[in-house]
Amino acid sequence: MTKKKHIAIIGGGIAGLEAGSVLTRQGYKVTIIEKENKTGGLLNHWSSLFPDFSLPGEVLARIQPENPDLTLIHNTCIESIKKENGRFELFDKRHLKLYADALLLATGLSVFDASLKEEYGYGLFINVITSSDFERIHKAGQKLLTAQGDPPKRVAIIHCVGSRDAKVGNGYCSKVCCITGVKQAIAISRMLPECEVFNFYMDLRLYGSKYDALYLEAQKRHQIQFIRGRLSEVSENQDQSLQLKAEDTLQGRPLRMQADMILLLTGLEAARQNENLCKNNHLELDENRFFKSENMQYHRNCSRQEGIFMAGSCICPMSVNETLDSARSAAIEVDNYLTQKER
Amino acid sequence: MNTLDFLKPRSRQIDFENFDDRILSYVLEKEQSFLTCISCGGCTATCSAGNLTHFNIRRIGLSLRRGNVNELSNEIEKCMFCGKCTLVCPRDINIRNVMLLLKKRVAQLKTEKLF
Repeated sequence: MTKKKHIAIIGGGIAGLEAGSVLTRQGYKVTIIEKENKTGGLLNHWSSLFPDFSLPGEVLARIQPENPDLTLIHNTCIESIKKENGRFELFDKRHLKLYADALLLATGLSVFDASLKEEYGYGLFINVITSSDFERIHKAGQKLLTAQGDPPKRVAIIHCVGSRDAKVGNGYCSKVCCITGVKQAIAISRMLPECEVFNFYMDLRLYGSKYDALYLEAQKRHQIQFIRGRLSEVSENQDQSLQLKAEDTLQGRPLRMQADMILLLTGLEAARQNENLCKNNHLELDENRFFKSENMQYHRNCSRQEGIFMAGSCICPMSVNETLDSARSAAIEVDNYLTQKER
Repeated sequence: MNTLDFLKPRSRQIDFENFDDRILSYVLEKEQSFLTCISCGGCTATCSAGNLTHFNIRRIGLSLRRGNVNELSNEIEKCMFCGKCTLVCPRDINIRNVMLLLKKRVAQLKTEKLF
């Protein structure tokens, strides 16, 4: 029997874990390199998943792969990749970490830093929070409270913060924030039935299966109000409540609103280390700084460098189920590549 | 709007068949970024003139793109060219320049007695 081929996976979020578990079952040796001290990636921070409010822990429990052929390396950030004699060499800051016959990138996403959008007041006004903050509060089982400790009577949820915004260099749509906004509006309404919730949107992009049903539920059961207009600026009142300025574009009139809290739906960006990984090989980033596919339709998981593949939201922002699908299809591509190489 | 508008229903409709593009094509030639507007209304919300009057800068852009040019010439007089609209635009459109070009073109057509 020939020696088992070795695949390195950069990133131990759900994409890396799922692909790793498929590949070990297919008989490969796999090493997953995770930069944090814990696998699971962003899913560790979310409280519930759209559109069914299922728990991230359930997903994580299913995909934690256990296999003698699978090695996990924590607290390691791979910073460069070199191709040498048909194999890949992976380096962290100083040292060569490992060799691999094929490489799978699963570096995932990072969340937009909302304080860059200064006019929205995140980090300046104490009652402005982000969607990630809300997930943390919700996950801890706490109620949403203003900084003064009172339940808010009115919350405004702002879509497209750091998404579809040329001013912050993110011209693309992060795709999953709209449905997150609807989900969080419902979560707030369940948590605080007396609280009025308004969603300010430019376009509502509820593209996925059963996402629109959640929108209907938000309207019917929770009386969430959707206003078509982009927030232009926020100011703080003396009592630390907030004033919003937007246009109600369907009315064609400027709108002022007082709110106790503002929740910013932050957009999603490619991981910052991606740029480094493109040195010394043929990997390329696309115009949105995600990894560029060999072909967008047919070879979504294949990078511009032979032998390097991609899984999950390092290709583009993805929901959890899309990420898992992407990881499985990446595993097939890796397998195809290694079997063909053998012949 | 006239009370007898129902007698000429066409006056209420957007007419793409007789599209007056004399202003639009001039503006687009010099400020291509205007093509990418998504009518989010950020400009209107922050507009200094719009806070005090019925001036709606997003609607002006939309009227221009629909060839509804008749209402424009009086409306643009309200713009103070402060440029706040340009600062907030998520599509990075130079809206201030759009308004400037619009005003220039209307003046030009008026001098030539074509408007």
